[in-house]
Amino acid sequence: MADADSRSLPGNSSLVVVDDLKKHFPIHQGLIIEREVGSVKAVDGISFSIQQGETLGLVGESGCGKTTAGRTILGLYPLTAGDVTISGISLTNATKSEMRLLRRKAQMIFQDPYASLNPRWTVSAIIGEPIRVHNLLPNDKSRDERVHDLMLRVGLSPRLINRFPHEFSGGQRQRIGVARALASNPEFIVCDEPISALDVSIQAQVVNLLEELQDEFNLTYLFIAHDLSMVRHICDRVAVMYLGIIVELGEREDLYENPFHPYTQALLSAVPIPDPKRDRERQRIILKGEIPSPINPPGGCRFHPRCPVAMDICTTVVPIYHERAPGHWVACHLYPGSTPGRENSSAVA
Amino acid sequence: MTAPPLDQSTSAVVNLIPDELETPPLSLSQLTWRRFRRHKMAIFGVVTLILIIMYAFGGMLFFSEADSNHTDTGNALQAPTREHPFGTDTVGRDILARTIYGGQISILIGITAMVVELIFGVSIGAVSGYFGGLLDSFLMRITEAVLVIPQIFLLLVMARYFSQSIPNIKLFGRTFSGSVLVIIFVIGITSWPYLARIVRAQFLSVKENDFILAARATGTSTRDIIFRHILPNTSAPIIVSATLSVAAAISLEAYISFLGLGVRPPTATWGNMLELAYKYINTAWWLWFFPGFFIALIVLSINFLGDGLRDALDPHSRAA
Amino acid sequence: MDSINRQDGKRILDVTDLRTRFHIAEGTVYAVNGVSFHLNRGETIGVVGESGCGKSVTMMSIMRLIPSPPGEIATGQAYFEERDLLQLSDSEMQDLRGKDIAMVFQDPMTAFNPVLTIGRQLTEPLRVHLGLNKDECRHRAIELLEQVGIPDPSHRLGDYPHQFSGGMRQRAMIAMALACSPSILIADEPTTALDVTIQAQIVELVLGIRADLNMSVIWITHDLGVVAEIAERVLVMYSGFIVEEAPVDDLYEDPRHPYTQALLAALPRVDRRRDRHLQSIPGAPPNLLVAPLGCPFTPRCKFAFDHCRKEMPPIINVATNHTAACWWDVTTGKPR
Repeated sequence: MADADSRSLPGNSSLVVVDDLKKHFPIHQGLIIEREVGSVKAVDGISFSIQQGETLGLVGESGCGKTTAGRTILGLYPLTAGDVTISGISLTNATKSEMRLLRRKAQMIFQDPYASLNPRWTVSAIIGEPIRVHNLLPNDKSRDERVHDLMLRVGLSPRLINRFPHEFSGGQRQRIGVARALASNPEFIVCDEPISALDVSIQAQVVNLLEELQDEFNLTYLFIAHDLSMVRHICDRVAVMYLGIIVELGEREDLYENPFHPYTQALLSAVPIPDPKRDRERQRIILKGEIPSPINPPGGCRFHPRCPVAMDICTTVVPIYHERAPGHWVACHLYPGSTPGRENSSAVA
Repeated sequence: MTAPPLDQSTSAVVNLIPDELETPPLSLSQLTWRRFRRHKMAIFGVVTLILIIMYAFGGMLFFSEADSNHTDTGNALQAPTREHPFGTDTVGRDILARTIYGGQISILIGITAMVVELIFGVSIGAVSGYFGGLLDSFLMRITEAVLVIPQIFLLLVMARYFSQSIPNIKLFGRTFSGSVLVIIFVIGITSWPYLARIVRAQFLSVKENDFILAARATGTSTRDIIFRHILPNTSAPIIVSATLSVAAAISLEAYISFLGLGVRPPTATWGNMLELAYKYINTAWWLWFFPGFFIALIVLSINFLGDGLRDALDPHSRAA
Repeated sequence: MDSINRQDGKRILDVTDLRTRFHIAEGTVYAVNGVSFHLNRGETIGVVGESGCGKSVTMMSIMRLIPSPPGEIATGQAYFEERDLLQLSDSEMQDLRGKDIAMVFQDPMTAFNPVLTIGRQLTEPLRVHLGLNKDECRHRAIELLEQVGIPDPSHRLGDYPHQFSGGMRQRAMIAMALACSPSILIADEPTTALDVTIQAQIVELVLGIRADLNMSVIWITHDLGVVAEIAERVLVMYSGFIVEEAPVDDLYEDPRHPYTQALLAALPRVDRRRDRHLQSIPGAPPNLLVAPLGCPFTPRCKFAFDHCRKEMPPIINVATNHTAACWWDVTTGKPR
């Protein structure tokens, strides 16, 4: 399954390979002796790869597991099954020094600008931490110079280098977070909803910054978000998650113009468009019901209780995640490749 | 110096957007001090505390230790006079001088016991809160065990156990009964559970913040995460608890000394002065009044100070 | 300039020159700085702006829900059916709230009392305002839950808020707001905390209900997409001022205020191929602790010139039913 999504371009270099990754959180019950009674299957088998310099979007609603996926991919949560390989370092096989190297090469930008910076540390300490931890520069002076440069690069005035986070606005704090992520010269950055907590007029500033930095430093991004409009702007390819699995993955234009999965279609039709005429013309697909809990996902296709075109088979058989068109993957019984026994038929159900 | 605009669109007017902050920089300490200043009772507490400390330590300039220990049985149990403004005790020692030197010991005991408590409480609380799991369960059971036993009882038993033949110690050119050390140790060892629980709760909560996850993503060592990231963010309740525990320690010392199991004479403390006063409650009020007054005053002012600190250090309020 | 004509039976709410301030330790927060607008019967208006623009404070002021120290409604009038809401007594306002004007808030979790059942909370306005007895209340409550699309309503009445999902809680909150058939529903960011598919459900619900009940709706949000779906007329706010007001189609097709233009240009769209670069708005929202002098958008405005700093522009008619408060004419590229 490792090359479930590898591209057959010559000299392709998958910087990140995620192979059937699972992350389950056990639920314990009991007063004296705690027994495991079940688990929250936050991530339940996802696979994809990301090429160097690419931005992969990971979208979905609450409970889909995208944030957990991002953290597990970086090794911040121990994975339950499967493997992740970043820059050749495999999470399940890494030695201690390889893990240290991974921490330098792979970084994260967080959603909450208020909780992601230590309120007792100065900006200099926060941004300089990766440099200090990995001994990237020989002394304090050179470290401060580097912090100074990073601040300029992200659009913060270096005069503020000794101030504390509470003295900055949300957008500025997010830039501090970006500078911190850049400090160790990483190759891969997981952006976990980096703009959701910001005002609209500031979101574009931060997104533009991320794009400039990507061009300048050849960064690879995993962009986790729920805002499908922004994802269309910044991502090259997009994966749609629902209840712990990927239901569809494809090139940006393919996915947005020609979505295969009914959930993707409903999701796209639900996103408000700032254009009243277009809105009125649209066909809205309104899903019924609520998003189920990841503790007990529905059997067969997880989406079937809410799916407007569910068939009998959807309630019992798990659809196979297959490549229906070049680079465009989907798990849905509407497409014969997803149903065992019908892979060879090309007709849509 | 202004931050360069990120968007290079043409402008009718050149806009240099100042990324500067309009309010002058206020560090967290300045904000805290401002909040503290607004607490009248806390200011009263601080001032009173300073006065008491000046009395107990500055008083050395006027009275020597020998003065406080100088017995004069002929002059015993004298009510306050000009020569002895606080009167004399059962063996003729000047009570004023004894409150000065006794105060030094009581305050010393309070502060040092607090330090012992801090060391045990913070270490155990931090380890428990950060690592969780079996270690946490184990440490918490020990903590609860110590909590369950009534502290006074524990103190009395330990004081009695340790107090057989304690040698005198010499420090700073002065002689103390070794029982001072015993008392400090005993109070510290029985008071840490309160602080441990507070520290553990703080660790559990601070640990969940994204900046800790960010530190882990950076590769920061566990030791650095505990001491440089989490601990500074838990300082507020620790400071408040430590402050209040000084008052608690002084009170505790008074209790056990009053029961005769605390600091041994001739070393004076406010507490053991009360012990001697017990038989003379009605007849010689000056024996218990003055030490009692100081104990009450210092406990009160420390409590006010603690209240003020608690409000000033409240991490949720960012307004000065 | 729209004439203020209260005799015009179409206007159900008429607000004039509302100014609200907050007096805090650091100084005075100038939250609302002279807001005037009206709401017609059966109409839905959207109030749009980013955090700190004053949209919520405006509505809370009208509803008299601003705590009175530190808040202060410095001036203004808010006429609802011939009565100035800002002059009514507390008990008169209490009588009105929930019955004639109802509010729905952003976070359904904190808007409900966690220890009371949904049924109990839903029937409270019925008991308090309409004086219904227990059976009548229960009957009406079931009706309301059905109306907002909650399945199996008679059983759900006995549930507690935590047993409802986010979307269902929001529906229950709408049901509570509709209980006494109010003339005006004020919804303050009702879908901001919801997932996009659930948000679509709620928007569709409100669209349906307002038609059935001929209710006037004020929908407050920062999301320009949602406003396009639901509003007939839109007010754009910035730093306590209304900077533009227009029918919804006109606002999006032909924005006349630089802030509105910039905001629309900064938005990515789900139905369009990407633009090379999003037009970002430089700088940050203004500091409300400073008393407003001149146009608050000046430091971030592409077209700003000297006069902008000195005087706040008045509300100017730029097209039919379309006003903007700006010294610069974006259509001609010259100052007015």
